[in-house]
Amino acid sequence: MSEKRCDISVMVNAERVERPVLVRQHLVDFLREELDLTGSHLGCEHGVCGACQVMVDGQVVRGCLTLAVQTDGKHVETIEGLSESGVLADLQEAFLNHNALQCGFCSSGMLLSALNIVRHYPDAKRVEIRDHISGNYCRCTGYQAIVNAIESVLVKNRSAAVVGVAL
Amino acid sequence: MNARMELPATTHDTRQVANGYIGKSSPRAGSKRLLQGRGTYIDDMRLPRLSHVVFVRSPHAHALIKSIDLTEVRKQTGVIGAFTGSEIAEYCTPWVGVLGHLKGIKSAPQHAVAIDRACWQGEPVAAIVGQTRRQAEDALQFVKIEYELLPVIVEMADALKGDYVIHPELGDNICFQRELKTDDFDETFAKADVVVEKTYIFARHTGVTNEPRAVLADYQPADHSLTVYQATQAPHMMQDIMSRHLGIPESQVRIVCKDVGGSFGIKVHVYPDEMATAALSVMLKRPVKFMADRLESFLSDIHAREHIATVRMACTKDGDILGFDLDDLTGIGPYSVYPRTSGIEGNQVVNLTGGPYKHKAYRAKLQVVFTNKNVTCQYRGVGHPIAVALTEGIVDEGARAIGMDPAAFRRRNLIADDAYPYTFPSGLKFEKLSHHQCLDKLMALMNYEGLRAEQAELREKGVYRGIGLAAMIEVTNPSPAFYGVGGARISAQDGATLRLDPGGMLNVLVSVTEQGQGTEAVFAQIAATMVGVSLENVRVITGDTAVTPYGGGTWASRGAGIGGEAVLQASKALKVNILAVAAAVLELDAAQLDVSGNAVVDKLTGAQRMPLSEVGRVAYFRPDTLPMDFQSELTVTRHYTPREYGFTFTNGIQASYVEVDPETGFIKLLKHWCVEDCGTILNPMLVDEQLRGGVVQGLGGALLEECLYSPEGQMLNGSMADYLVPMAFEMPDIEIAHVCTPTKTSELGAKGAGEAGTAGAPGAVMNAVNDALQPLGGNVVEQPITPERVLLALGKI
Repeated sequence: MSEKRCDISVMVNAERVERPVLVRQHLVDFLREELDLTGSHLGCEHGVCGACQVMVDGQVVRGCLTLAVQTDGKHVETIEGLSESGVLADLQEAFLNHNALQCGFCSSGMLLSALNIVRHYPDAKRVEIRDHISGNYCRCTGYQAIVNAIESVLVKNRSAAVVGVAL
Repeated sequence: MNARMELPATTHDTRQVANGYIGKSSPRAGSKRLLQGRGTYIDDMRLPRLSHVVFVRSPHAHALIKSIDLTEVRKQTGVIGAFTGSEIAEYCTPWVGVLGHLKGIKSAPQHAVAIDRACWQGEPVAAIVGQTRRQAEDALQFVKIEYELLPVIVEMADALKGDYVIHPELGDNICFQRELKTDDFDETFAKADVVVEKTYIFARHTGVTNEPRAVLADYQPADHSLTVYQATQAPHMMQDIMSRHLGIPESQVRIVCKDVGGSFGIKVHVYPDEMATAALSVMLKRPVKFMADRLESFLSDIHAREHIATVRMACTKDGDILGFDLDDLTGIGPYSVYPRTSGIEGNQVVNLTGGPYKHKAYRAKLQVVFTNKNVTCQYRGVGHPIAVALTEGIVDEGARAIGMDPAAFRRRNLIADDAYPYTFPSGLKFEKLSHHQCLDKLMALMNYEGLRAEQAELREKGVYRGIGLAAMIEVTNPSPAFYGVGGARISAQDGATLRLDPGGMLNVLVSVTEQGQGTEAVFAQIAATMVGVSLENVRVITGDTAVTPYGGGTWASRGAGIGGEAVLQASKALKVNILAVAAAVLELDAAQLDVSGNAVVDKLTGAQRMPLSEVGRVAYFRPDTLPMDFQSELTVTRHYTPREYGFTFTNGIQASYVEVDPETGFIKLLKHWCVEDCGTILNPMLVDEQLRGGVVQGLGGALLEECLYSPEGQMLNGSMADYLVPMAFEMPDIEIAHVCTPTKTSELGAKGAGEAGTAGAPGAVMNAVNDALQPLGGNVVEQPITPERVLLALGKI
């Protein structure tokens, strides 16, 4: 089988990566196998479970449905980068304190969906939070702790915003 | 020996330890790492010369393998080797999944990779090892296999009929059967005012762990040793099995279990592909990794359930339940799974049906048959979801037949809370259960009367809502009666080793494994409380046969109750030894001292006498300052085996509130309640979400999940796009409450909680749907209760 490669230049967690990648290689395989960023997980490899989610130019994508070559010239952020930069700190603390994980396999993807809610749907109610994370499969929790954790961050942010206006 | 060393351990009652962590909702320290993507699941490991195996799987449900040609495969770039079943069999002996105490159970020898015949679609028939997984997968297309198709048995009824026998040497397709009947059965049923009967059907479903099965085997030819990194629930069991089937001494087999992405019983069995991976590592003398992809998970992870059961119940017109009658048929695929067997689930259905009630008459018949579908075996709940749904379904039928409210009917018939110890007609013994307390709590929690009023009001408006109840009992903390007596080398005891490190930290090694449920966290809470240190000063290590004491691992809701008691006993012993060192240093009687807040303190005043770091410093670095006849022992090990009862039963009750759309058949889950008695609660936050997770898993099986097979034995929906699992949006908020009846069989008093949610939810939701459909004359008897099955029940399609 031919092994066609294509040169890409991509920012991954604020580090410039330049290398030839297999054109058929999925983004999550590139991240895990080539860059040892093993925080994004392979749960189904067909776009259903959400364990492989990463951000490409600020958009949450399925790492198993995106080809690595598609990220040429783009900015990829993974759970590792978003943890180290502190972007996920509030959500991670809330997940910890609400026990919004058990085995942790879904957490990387779940946190990215949660970050998307925090950024774009700050007024989301519980039913909407449930809707937004319905592309992320968790077999361990009953989802309720995850909803509680995300809701707690939204509530905290909203009250902070109110205080901000009052000041 | 210093006389002070001989002081008896202080007999703390765990439940009276002041300011301890037991019962507190402490966050799990271990989960911080997982939340940063820094876990180590098997697929995250990197080893030098790592190779990757992929399996050629039979496309047919039953076929002779006439020939296999791997010549072209071996020529492909990156292929290290390609192997047939007979080549692998030289390194791995076959197994037979039977147990001595399941009388008459039989199965056929199963090989790691099929040799002459494939018996289900998905059975491994050859293995390809590549430098990369990609290269091994690319080489799959060059495999040439000639098959001769054999007759296929898909339906359990056909297996029973026996016109064709899958394993001719067994004589028939029956793996296991059991019958029991109490003396008064015939008379009781003949005299009963009312006998209700229903036949229920439960489809197959499967575990769908988010992390698929994974194993990395690393053989060292220099010392004939094998290290297997495996996502498993039972490392010592796997050590024994790898040792015996690969011919490597037990002491040279090490099983390491790092982070595991969910198990639920899926990862406690012996899988052909995983055994083959270990054999290949021996054959190739280098590390080999097998990582199942999702599509092969559906074809090779154990499936579960698949029962057709007829249940009858006799009662008086006044509402006294007199007896149950069960006839259960279950299909398990072509082999009984090793080493726990596929007979246990049906056996549990027989043991547990009718479980919460005080009837005396019981008859049960179980038949477990072979089919040419994927194997089934123990999966979360093991028989409980079937037994509970059968029991609670027929209890509701009985209540309807005599015109009694289902809650009142249950209240009248649940075993009284003061009736214990109690022997159930199936022979099970209950230490102490709390059915009535749980029912009372549930009624208040859900506002039962209010909901009934709301339901009636909405029915007037054409809205069909239903309320379903399901009382249950659950097998937890199993004694050796579960497997050991049957000859399986599966430990019923577990151990904990505690070490005080020089800096005053506690190092805790436990033979129970962590699969995400928080066992390590509760062990830390127990150790911190019982020794007297702060939680952050405890480190827990599990999942390594080279390091931890010997034990059974994680299954049958045993981790907290059995492993936790071992930790508790080791903690008490270590505390005695810490006080002995302190007493020697301080030249005081140890009885005057205690440990609290990371320090040895004066027992009466609480005044600090010396920090534990000072105890460690003296014991490890300046023992020359201690009396000549004194030797410190700051590492202790204790074990625990439940023996008094076969199982420590728990009980609970669940309720489901649903709305059914009679036009579309869609079911909306409005709310779910679960009241559970798991004895001493170690960490409410963890146990609550564990129960919720279990409920959701039960709701998945009851409403969504089904492994569909064609008449040719082809699985039709083996992907996550086609096989539905519960996602957040369709799941309800679940309210949890507890009744607390600690078991007296251990000092900790903890019973299991891992399976209760899954056990009770299917029965509760089925009863809720049927309650909603009742005014329309519909009744569903088949799970999962899909919209199609609702419409069929209503006669609309």
